[in-house]
Order: sequence, then C-alpha cells, then structure tokens
Amino acid sequence: MKKVLQGNEAIARGAWEAGVTVACAYPGTPSSEILQELAKYKEVTTQWSPNEKVAVEVASGAALAGARAMACMKHVGLNVASDPFMTLAYTGIKGGFVIVVADDPNVHSSQNEQDSRNWARFAKVPMLEPGDAAECKEFTKIAFDISERFDTPVLLKGETRVSHSDSIVELEERKASKTALGLDRKDASKYVMVPANVRVRRKIIEERMRKLEAYADEFSGNVMEINDSSVGVITAGAAYMYTKEVFPRYSYLKLGMVWPLPKKLLADFFKKVKKVIVVEELDPFLETEIKALGYKIFHGKDVIPTMYELSPEIIEKALSGKSYHAPRMKVAPDDLPKRPPNMCPGCSHRALFYSLKKLGAFVFGDIGCYTLGAAPPLQALHSCICMGASVGQAYGAGKALGKEGLGKICAVIGDSTFLHGGIAPVMDTVYNKGYATSIILDNRTTGMTGLQEHAGTGYTLTGEPANMVDYEKLVRALGVKRVRKVDPYNLKQATKTIKEEMETDEASVIITKNGPCMLHRREKRKFPYPYYTIDAGTCRGCKACLELGCPAISWVAVEGVTKNGKKRKGTVSINRTLCPGCGLCAQVCKFKSILPGKAGA
Amino acid sequence: MDNKVTNILLSGVGGQGAILASNILANVFVEAGYDVKKSEVHGMAQRGGDVTTHFRYGKKVYSPLIKYGEVDFLLAFELLEALRYINHCKDSARIVINDQKILPPAVNLGQASYPGDIPALFKKYFKDNVYIVKGQEVALSLGNAQAANVVLVGAFSNFFPEIKDAMWISALTDLLPKKLHGLNIKAFEEGKKRL
Repeated sequence: MKKVLQGNEAIARGAWEAGVTVACAYPGTPSSEILQELAKYKEVTTQWSPNEKVAVEVASGAALAGARAMACMKHVGLNVASDPFMTLAYTGIKGGFVIVVADDPNVHSSQNEQDSRNWARFAKVPMLEPGDAAECKEFTKIAFDISERFDTPVLLKGETRVSHSDSIVELEERKASKTALGLDRKDASKYVMVPANVRVRRKIIEERMRKLEAYADEFSGNVMEINDSSVGVITAGAAYMYTKEVFPRYSYLKLGMVWPLPKKLLADFFKKVKKVIVVEELDPFLETEIKALGYKIFHGKDVIPTMYELSPEIIEKALSGKSYHAPRMKVAPDDLPKRPPNMCPGCSHRALFYSLKKLGAFVFGDIGCYTLGAAPPLQALHSCICMGASVGQAYGAGKALGKEGLGKICAVIGDSTFLHGGIAPVMDTVYNKGYATSIILDNRTTGMTGLQEHAGTGYTLTGEPANMVDYEKLVRALGVKRVRKVDPYNLKQATKTIKEEMETDEASVIITKNGPCMLHRREKRKFPYPYYTIDAGTCRGCKACLELGCPAISWVAVEGVTKNGKKRKGTVSINRTLCPGCGLCAQVCKFKSILPGKAGA
Repeated sequence: MDNKVTNILLSGVGGQGAILASNILANVFVEAGYDVKKSEVHGMAQRGGDVTTHFRYGKKVYSPLIKYGEVDFLLAFELLEALRYINHCKDSARIVINDQKILPPAVNLGQASYPGDIPALFKKYFKDNVYIVKGQEVALSLGNAQAANVVLVGAFSNFFPEIKDAMWISALTDLLPKKLHGLNIKAFEEGKKRL
C-alpha cells in the first residue's frame, strides 16, 4: 500500500516494520514527530526521556537486553547524548540500536548549525543519510540490520528538508527481531569499559570499520547513475534531490551511507566520469575524505556554500557560474515587514518578561518559546546557549561580579528545560554559595516543539497518568532555602518578588504558577473577562501597552484629541478575536483606557 | 503523462491551516496517480511566524523545494505573505490570495506600515491570473472562520478540472475528524464557486 508520509513518520514506520520494541527521545525540531508517530503502534514501548543522554542510555539498555531499540533527537541533542554514544561505539550492542539525529541547516529552529556527520567519523560508527521519506523508511530498516550484523550503534541522519518533507512511501508488514531477549553476565567484558577491556574493544572498532568500508561498496543505498560521463556528482540526501533536479543529465554517485565511504565504488566512479563535483550541505565532509583518498575534484566547497541550506537555485547558480540568470525581481523582499515568531496573545511568558524588563535585569535565557523574550519590543532576555545553560551562567556571572551583581542577574528556564538540564546547576549554585535567582517558567508542557509531555506534567507520551515532579520539593531537596511561587499575570506582585530574590545574597528559585501554555489542551487559565477593549475617547496614544508586544494590540496612527482635549498622535486598537482577556495591557495602561469586554457584546 | 513537474507554493501565517491545505493537495495528487513531494518548516512557525509549504507533483519529482522563480501556482492565505513570494512566481503563474491582513509585529508597533494595494500589484504583473477570495467571509457565513483554508482549497480546485470534486472531498474527510466534515465540505463547495 502506498501512502504519503512525512520523513519523520516514515522513520517511525521503518522502525516499526523493523521490529523495534523500545524507543526514546527528547523532543527537538525537526525530529519530534518520530516518537509521536511511533507511539501510535501498540507493539512499541515509547517514552519521552528527560534529555537525550537519558534517551540513549535507556534505549541502549534495551538493546543490550536484545531488543531492537531507537533514540531520536535533534542535532544538538547528540551533543548532550555524546557521552554514552561515544562509548557505546566501543561496547557494541546486542539488539539493533539506531540513533536518529536530525540536523537543521539554515537554523530554522535551533541554536546552531552543526553538521552531525562529524559525529560518525568521531565515534567510528556508520551513518546513513536518506533523501526523502521513502528512503527514510528503507534506510531505518537497513540501519537495524547493519547494527546487528556489525555489532555497532548506527546513526541515521535526518534534516529539516527530509524530516519535514512528505513523499510517497510503500508500506510493508512488521517483522519481529530475530535476536533473543535476555542478559548474560558472561558478556561483562564487552560492556564494562575499564581500560583493560577498552583496549580490546578499541581494536575491534578498527576491524569493524574496515568491514563496514567493504560493506559500503555493496550497500544498496549507495547508487551510481552513469548518464553524461563528462560530469559526475558525488552527493547525498537532500543535496542529491536538488542537484538532480537542476542537472538531470549529469552522472551521480549518491551516497546513502555517508560514513564510512565506499572506496571501490569511489574508484570506479572516478574512472567512469571525467570531472567530479562534490555537492553537500554544510561542512566539506565528503570532500575532505575524498581528497584524503588522493582524488582530485573539479568543484566542491570552492563554489558550494559551507553554510545555510542548499536549494536547487543555489546549486544551479554555483555550478553554472556566469551563465546563471536570476529571475526578474518584482518586489525587494527586504523592504517588506518581517514576520518573526512571537509569543501567543495571553502567554504567561510575556507577563514575566515585562516584569523583568521593568527591573532592568540581565536575564540569562534558555531554550524554548520564552527565548522569544529576546525579540523587540520586550528585549528582556540576554543570552541563550543550550538546554540548561541559563542557571549555571547566571550563577557564574554572580561569582564574577560579586556584590555588584546583586539585584541585576537572573536565569529563566522552562519546566521541560529545567528537568532536561537545569537541576545540576541549581544544586551547584547552592553548594558553591552562589546567589543567582532561577525562575522556572512552568507552562505545564514542552511548548516550542508542539506540547509534548514530560516528567513534570503528570502524563506520559502515550497519555497515561504518571508521577508529576514537584519542583518546589525538588529544589528544596537540592538545598535551595528561598523558593517562591509567583502568578506572572500579577505584574506588581511578580515584579516585587523577583526584585527581592535578585537582591538577596543567596541562591533562590521562583516558580511561576497558573500560567499554562495558551495552546495547552488539558490545562487552561481562566481569565475573568473574555477580552479587553480600548476606550478610544481616553486613550492618549502613549504606547505603554505596545511595549508588551502582544499580537492582539496594534497602533493606529491617526492624529487627534481625546475627549478631554488632550492631543495624541494616534491610538491603539485591540483585535477582539485574538485577545484572550489576560488583562496585562489593562495593568500597564496609566490612563485606564483599556477596559474589560463583555461576553457576547 | 509527460515529465513536467508542477510547482505549488502555499504561504500564510502559523495557525491559518496552510499545512492542512497542503496535506489535502498531497492526498489528491497521489490519488490522481502522480509522484508528489512537499516540504514545510515547522517548529517556531507555530508561534505566528510565516509558514510556507512547497508542493510539487509530476511523473517523477526529485527536489522537495521549488526552484526560485519557478512557481506555477501561488496559494496565499494572507496578503503580505502572498507579496513576500511574488518573485518566486513564473510570469505565467496563477495566483489565489485570501483577502485577509494579519499585522506583523513591526506594523503593530507602528514601526513599519503594511504594504499598500497588494492585489493591484499582483494584477500589474500577472494580469487576469490573479484571484482574490474572501475566505474568512465565506467561512464565517458557514459558521466558522477557521474553515477559510478549505474555502481557498475549494477555489483553487477550479484549476484542475480533470480532478473530480469527490476526490477533493475524500482527501478532506480523510484528514479531518468526523465532526468537522459537514462544515468543511460546505466550505470546499462554497470556495469552488468563488473563482
């Protein structure tokens, strides 16, 4: 049966068909849908892990017990999981073990643009790179076979334009794994990575790489297409699709396995074509390796960009040089107002960032929707590095500034992000006598990636009720004495509480309450009024409410006077269909010109 | 079937339902026997950012992305988000735009102005191939402004006379929960009359 599937859905389908029984992930764009899709298959135990390291550990434990297991993450997630990953390359597995890592060229929704292929070379494990959904499914299945045949973890590389692209996939039946379940204590020397055992395994890795190199020559996903033999392109994944689109007559060596490289196939290709061009996204990974084998290439990163994503026109322009003619420009796109993402109307993060802005704090931020607090007009978030970095950075800045920094520093971290990477730095702040204030923005979900459950929501990925972490008890157990809860929508109270804690020379944690994500399906904050309106007669056009950056409030530049004869340059207007009635704007209006609306009016 | 690949660009603002619309197109053109590819950016787009979906069908489709300047059909759910992609359209492109303005942050703040007569600008370049559809108005008359995306799909379906209405409606009902079928079938049928 044929079906149109998204790349991520196809990876999930492939894993299911391959007989996977345990799959773990921490959500991250563009990889999140894999686990959500797999959770629909009853034969698979699926779970959201608190972070990618735990996901890899849990899935690899299942693989050691003989199950086919998978862990999925975005590119930066593998940085977090790299510790177990690098050493699992030594121990090998028992049941097939696949790690899906999804890159984000062009940084559509990430904090960096790293090229995950480097992990494969670094860890000495094979990596497959599909180019569309059909290959996503096929390669996922093959990845499990490779993993068991060569006793190695296998990386499967996704990326935005593959993971989030849809194409036709042929559905097949599920086949159960042939590996027997069970743990054998006699295998300890394979799994206990102490120096004596490591040295034995180290040698096995080298032997395994040679076997994998030989396998690469016969791997069905490494495909040679000889057409016009004057130009041959070595490429992989989405880059193949773009290049084939604009240069259909060239010859191709499409690598489905980007590490290790197929040496015989490469030799054969270099014999068959006159000039070789390497087209790959981001780093010159293939190019460097091919050059190291002694081959000369005609073009590579001398013309193909080393950053952002590729596209058919970028490749056409790069390879056609002066003969490329861009289509006629009708409008200069840079002249149009941009439409960056924004916090939703009514979002509790907006309230909190407004308070932080008024306090003039340097806010160490973290990864999530609240990173949008950095955008104008709030501009109340001043750093964002990686999951959990906010707390440690705020603490470290306080160490550097001493008493001078009191009242000026805080960290903001979402509930899911706190559980991912924020616990250890809070413990550190207390233990090493820092004074940073960490604010846990508890919106009861993993917001930015599409509302996934986590250990603090009380539900599992499959919707079963589960333990719910009590943040207050947790941080008290870490030694935090000053734990406060604030309602972020009460601007006066929230600002006062944050100020007090920032000024106190002791570690503190503030937890926001009653501020669930506006898109949350289960939990909703009930606002007293359905919406707010502007009293156009008294609005002075002071723009104080616009500082909130609420999508429901807009400036109307019509000069005039209020009903009391005060001159104004314009007024604001509230879009009633967007306004959820959070009332923040009414709190910041000095002229009482923002009034509650009535239901049905 | 010749090897021509047709390029459809869908653009809008997060939350307008452009992704559902592109899923309907994918189902319809697969059912009609074509190869299809579709690419979209998720993630931060959910938070009111601009959303685009590249949709391509033909005998064999390689790239999931449409080459710059090669768009055959632009289906835009918002006026400014139509204009943002005007350069991507072929001179012969056919353009369907939902008559709705959603103000971007800089316009809300009074720091930029929303571009002037966007339909007129499109008509200057694309003449009679520009169609403005009042998606919200039609959907609201059926009881729910949310169905504007399907009104647009209905209007858009006029360009493909070889594909029967039943196929569009079956794609629609496959993708939506049952309680929304009645409204969306009506939205499709009303949309179909608006072009």
